[in-house]
Amino acid sequence: MTTTITPPEPKTSSPISNSLTAGKLPNQAPWMVLGASLLVSAALFGMLALTGGEFDWAGMFVVAALVYVVTITTVSRVVEGPRKAMDRFVTALVTGAFIVAMIPLVSLTITVVTFGLNRFDVEFFTYSMRNITGEGGGAVHAIVGTLLMTGTAALISIPIGLMTSIYLVEYGRGRLARGITFLVDVMTGIPSIVAGLFAYALFAIFWGPGTRTGIAGAVALAVLMIPVVVRSSEEMLRLVPVELREAAYALGVPKWLTIVKVVLPTSIAGITTGIMLSIARVIGETAPLLIAAGFTNSLNYDMTEGRMSSLPVFVYTQYANQGNPPEAYLDRAWAAALTLILIVMALNLIARLVARFFAPKYGR
Amino acid sequence: MTTAAAPIRAKQRPGDRVFSKSAVFAGSMILVTLAAVATFLIVQSIPALFADSEDASILDTNFWAYVGPLVFGTIWAAALALLIALPISIGIALFISHYAPRRLASALGYIVDLLAAVPSVVFGLWGIGVLAPAVQPVYSWLVDNLGWFPLFAGPVSGTGRTILTAALVLAVMIIPIITAISREVFLQTPVLHEEAALALGATRWEMIRTAVLPFGRPGIISAAVLGLGRALGETMAVAMVLSATGAVTFQLLTSVNPSTIAANIALSFPEAYGINVNVLIATGLILFIVTFAVNAIARWIVARRAEFSGAN
Repeated sequence: MTTTITPPEPKTSSPISNSLTAGKLPNQAPWMVLGASLLVSAALFGMLALTGGEFDWAGMFVVAALVYVVTITTVSRVVEGPRKAMDRFVTALVTGAFIVAMIPLVSLTITVVTFGLNRFDVEFFTYSMRNITGEGGGAVHAIVGTLLMTGTAALISIPIGLMTSIYLVEYGRGRLARGITFLVDVMTGIPSIVAGLFAYALFAIFWGPGTRTGIAGAVALAVLMIPVVVRSSEEMLRLVPVELREAAYALGVPKWLTIVKVVLPTSIAGITTGIMLSIARVIGETAPLLIAAGFTNSLNYDMTEGRMSSLPVFVYTQYANQGNPPEAYLDRAWAAALTLILIVMALNLIARLVARFFAPKYGR
Repeated sequence: MTTAAAPIRAKQRPGDRVFSKSAVFAGSMILVTLAAVATFLIVQSIPALFADSEDASILDTNFWAYVGPLVFGTIWAAALALLIALPISIGIALFISHYAPRRLASALGYIVDLLAAVPSVVFGLWGIGVLAPAVQPVYSWLVDNLGWFPLFAGPVSGTGRTILTAALVLAVMIIPIITAISREVFLQTPVLHEEAALALGATRWEMIRTAVLPFGRPGIISAAVLGLGRALGETMAVAMVLSATGAVTFQLLTSVNPSTIAANIALSFPEAYGINVNVLIATGLILFIVTFAVNAIARWIVARRAEFSGAN
C-alpha cells in the first residue's frame, strides 16, 4: 500500500485574516493624525476667539491631545484590530505623561529667568539688606551665610559619611552593621523641618531658648546630608572589584593602606559625584535654616554668634514680609531664586562631568 | 595529638587599628545622632502633651485637638499629590525606558532629574505666582459645572491657593523621585523576558504589561511610598502656596483648607515663645513618627516582595 501524499496547494492567492496579515497603518500615520487634531482644535478655538475673548492656547492643546488620542485609537481599531489599538492608545498616554511633566519645568525656568533678571545686577551681589527699605539692596549676606553653613555642614558630614560607608563596606559584619544600615535608612526619611527642630532644641540647651546661630543651621543641614553621603559612597565602594583588594592583600599591603591607596582612588570619582549631589540637595533647604539659623538683614561671618541668613530663607522672607513697594521685594526674591538655581545646576553639572571624566579606566 | 593549630592571625598594625576604630566611630556617630534626634524631640515634647490653653496660647483646648486637623491635612495633601504623581511618573519612566529613542533616553532622564534639583522655596514662589492664578479659572469652571460632586463643592477660592494647588506643587516635586526609581527598575527587566514576549507576537504594550510591570511592581510600590514620605515632610512649598484655615474638610477648591504639620511649624515657629515652642516641636515629633512608619512600610513591602520579583 503506497499512498502518495499530495502536498496541499500553497494558498498564496487567498489572504487569511490574521494578526500578521491584518491591515497596518503607515509609519507616518500618527504624525498625520496629530497634525489633523491640532488643525481641528485650532479651528475650533479660532471660531470661539472670533465670537468673543482671546485665543486660549492651553485649551487648544488640551483639546488637540484629546482629539488625537480618540482618533488614533479609533482609526487603529478599525484598520489594525483591538490589540494594536490598545498599543497605540498606551503609547499616546505615555508620551503625554512625559509632555505633561515638561510643562512645570519649562514654565518654572521661564518664570525664574524672566523675573530673576530684573535685579540680577552688581548691586545685588555687593550689598546686604542692612538699613534698606524699599528698592535697592542685595543678598550678599545671604550668599555668605549659605556658603558658610553649607561648607560647615559638608565639613561635618563628609568625614562621618565617608568613614561610615567604609565601615559598612570593608569592616561591617553582624549586628552593628545591620543596625547602622537600618538607621541610615531611617535618617534618609527625616523630614527637613524635623532636622531643623532638632538642631534648635540641641542648641537651646547650651545657649538658652531662642538662640538661632549659623552653627545650628549647619548641624541641621549635616543631619540631612550624612545619610545621602553614606548611601552614595557605599554604592561606589561596593563597585570596586574584589580582585583589586585581594591583589593588594596578596602583596602584603595592610588593610588600611589597601583602602586608602587602592579602594578609594578607584572610586573617588563616584564618591565626589555623590558628595556634590548631596551638597546640591542641602543648599536649597529652607525650612531647617528658618528654624535653626533664623534670618537677619546684616552680614554675619560668625557661626557661633547671632542669626545668619541664607539664600533660600532670603527668598522666603523677601516674599513673606513684603514692604513698600512690593515689587522691589518680589524682584529680590526672584533674583535670589535665580542665583540659587544657578548654583544648584552648576553643582549638578560639575558632579556629572567629574563622574564622566574621572571614572576609573579598567581597560589596559 | 588532636590539638588544632591556632589560626594564623594577621599582624595588627597601628595604622590598621586607628583606621578601623575611626570607621567604627563614624558608624556609631549615626547611632548617636539618631538617638539624639529622638531624645531631644521627645524631651522637648513632653511639656506640650499635657498643656492646655492656659499654658500655650496657640492651643484651643488641648494638644491632641490641635494636632488632629494638622495630621489630617498632612496625609490628605500627600495622598492627593501621590494620586496625581504616580500615574504620570510611571508614564514618564516607561517613556524613557521603553519608548524614547535610545540616544535620547539618558538626556531625557537628566531633564526630569533637573526638576528634583529645584529648591522647594522656588517651587513655592512659582506655585503662588504662576500656578495658582493659572488654575483658578479651571477651579471656577469645575465648581460651576461639577459642583454636585462633593470634592468640588463651592464656593470657589478666588486666589486658587487651595489644597489641590498645594498637592499639584507637591506632585511636581515628587515626580522626579518616583520616576528615577521606577526607571531604574524598568531598565533592569531581563531582556530575555521582553524578547520572549515580543517573539510570541505581543505588541509593545502587551510586552510591558506581561514582562516589565510584573517585574517592576515592588520597585514601583517602594518608589511610591518614598515619594509619599517626601510629600509628607515637604514644608516651604505648602507653607507658601496654601492659604490654610485649619479646618478638617475634603473639599478641594474652596478657601477653607486644612494646614499641614510641616507648613504650620514653618509659619508659626519664628514668632513662637514659651510652651508654644514645645507644642510645635511635639507636632514635629508626630510628623517624624508618621514618616518613619511610611518608610518602614515601604521597606517591608520591598523585603516581602523581593523573593517573588522573579528572574533573579
